[in-house]
Amino acid sequence: MNQVAVSTPTQPGGAVTRFGRRQQPGAIRITHWCNAVLILLMAGSGLQILTAYPALGPRGSQYWWYPFQNMAPPRWLTIGGWLAGGRHWHFAIAWFFIANALVYLVYFFASGEWRRRLFNPGRDSGNALRQFAYYTRIRKSPPPADFYNGLQRLAYTTVMLVGIIMVLSGLAIYKPVQFHPLTLIFGGYDGARAVHLAGLCLLVMFVLVHLLLVSLHPRELLHMIGGGPRGSGG
Amino acid sequence: MQLRTNISRRRFIAAMAAASVISGCESRPVVRFLEVMQRWNRKTEEAIFSPNRLAPELPASATTPEDAFPAYFISDSMPLVPPNWALRVGGLVRRPMVLTLAQLQRMTRTDMRVQHHCVEGWSAVASWHGVRLREIAKLTGVDQRARFVEFRSFDSGYWSSWDLESAVHPQTLLAYGFNGGPLYAEHGAPLRVYSAVKLGYKNVKYLTEVNFMPNRTGGYWEDQGYEWFAGV
Repeated sequence: MNQVAVSTPTQPGGAVTRFGRRQQPGAIRITHWCNAVLILLMAGSGLQILTAYPALGPRGSQYWWYPFQNMAPPRWLTIGGWLAGGRHWHFAIAWFFIANALVYLVYFFASGEWRRRLFNPGRDSGNALRQFAYYTRIRKSPPPADFYNGLQRLAYTTVMLVGIIMVLSGLAIYKPVQFHPLTLIFGGYDGARAVHLAGLCLLVMFVLVHLLLVSLHPRELLHMIGGGPRGSGG
Repeated sequence: MQLRTNISRRRFIAAMAAASVISGCESRPVVRFLEVMQRWNRKTEEAIFSPNRLAPELPASATTPEDAFPAYFISDSMPLVPPNWALRVGGLVRRPMVLTLAQLQRMTRTDMRVQHHCVEGWSAVASWHGVRLREIAKLTGVDQRARFVEFRSFDSGYWSSWDLESAVHPQTLLAYGFNGGPLYAEHGAPLRVYSAVKLGYKNVKYLTEVNFMPNRTGGYWEDQGYEWFAGV
C-alpha cells in the first residue's frame, strides 16, 4: 500500500496522480463544450422571451430599482424569432442543459475532481485574496497555486451555484402554481423572474472575464480541447 | 378530430418555418426537433399538473390597479354582447343546455383573488367571480368519453381547448364579475373563462360555447404555434 502511495503522490489540490488523469479529463471537456453551446441557446431564447415583456415587477408596480425597464434586448442577441419560438427553444434546450449539468456533477463528485476544483473557504480564501491583490496590482507576484488558484476556484464554484439557481428560478417561473413553494423562495413569480434575469447577468459577466483570462492564457484553452498533460497538476 | 390535430401540427410547422425566415437557423430537422420536444414538454406539463393543488388566494391589498390590468381582443373593435346572448353547453353531455346570464348568476357563486400569468411574462392580480365550470359539467352530465373541453367566443372566432382536468379544477370559473363588480367589456363581458391554473391566452373571453370533446383540438394561439397545455 505504501509503495502505491509513493508512486502516485497526490497533489496539494487533491487526487491527482502523476500517471493519472489529464488536467482536463474527457468528461469535463465534453460537458464544458456542450455547456458552452447550450448556455448560448438558453440565453438567446431567454432574451427572446424577455422581449415580449422586457420589464420586471408586477403590472401596476414595476420594480423601481431595475434600470432597463421596458427596454427590449437587441434583436441580434435573440433566438427563436418570436415569443412562441423562443419558448419552444428555451423549454427544449433546458432538458439538455440540465442533463449535461447532471452528467458533469456526477463525474465531478464521483471522480474526486471536486477536491481540486471546488472552493473550500478554509483552504482557498487567503489564496483568492492574494490572487485578487495580484490582479489589482496591489501585489507584484501571484501567490503559489497548485491546480487552480483560490480565485479560480471561487469563480468556478460560484458559477455552478448560479447555474443551479437558474434552473430552480426557471422552474418557479414555468409553473408558479404547481411549484408554488419553490416560487415563494424566490419572492413569488415576479421575484423569480428578477432572479432569473440577474442570474443571466452574472453568467454573462463570468463568461466575459473567463474569455478575457483564456485569451491571456491560451495554453488553458488547449488543455480544455486536448486535455493537457497527465497529472502534472499545475 | 384527427384531421384537426394534423392541421394544428401543419400550422405549427408552418409557424416555425415562418420564424426560420427571421432567425435564419431553423432548418427542417431543427423544426422537427422542436416539435418532438414540444410534445414531450406537453406530456411533462400534464404530469406536473395536480388537479387538487390550489393557487394561493391573495389579499385585497395585492389587487392590481384596474387601469394597469391589460386586456386585449383580436377583433378590430371591442366585441360587444350580441342581443339575446346565451351560453351553449354541448358536445359529449347527456343534457345539452342553453344558459342565460341570469340562470348562471342564480347558480352557486365562487369568488377568488389570484395571480394572473400572461405568456408574455407579466403578472397581475384581480378578483373574479362566477360559476365553477365543474358545476356546469355536473349540471349537464358530462360523458365518460369526454377528455377535453373547447371554448368558443364572439371575438372574431377566438377559441381554445383544454384538458378536462384543468377545466374542472376548483379554480376554473365561468366568470361574470371582476373585482367585485360586473365584468367589463374589455375583460370579456358578459362571460369568460377565468382560471388560476392556465396562462392568460387559454382563458377565452366573450364566451359563447363550451363543448366537451373526446379529442384534443387547438385554439387561436395554439394553432399559430403557442403551447397547447400552457398550465402554470
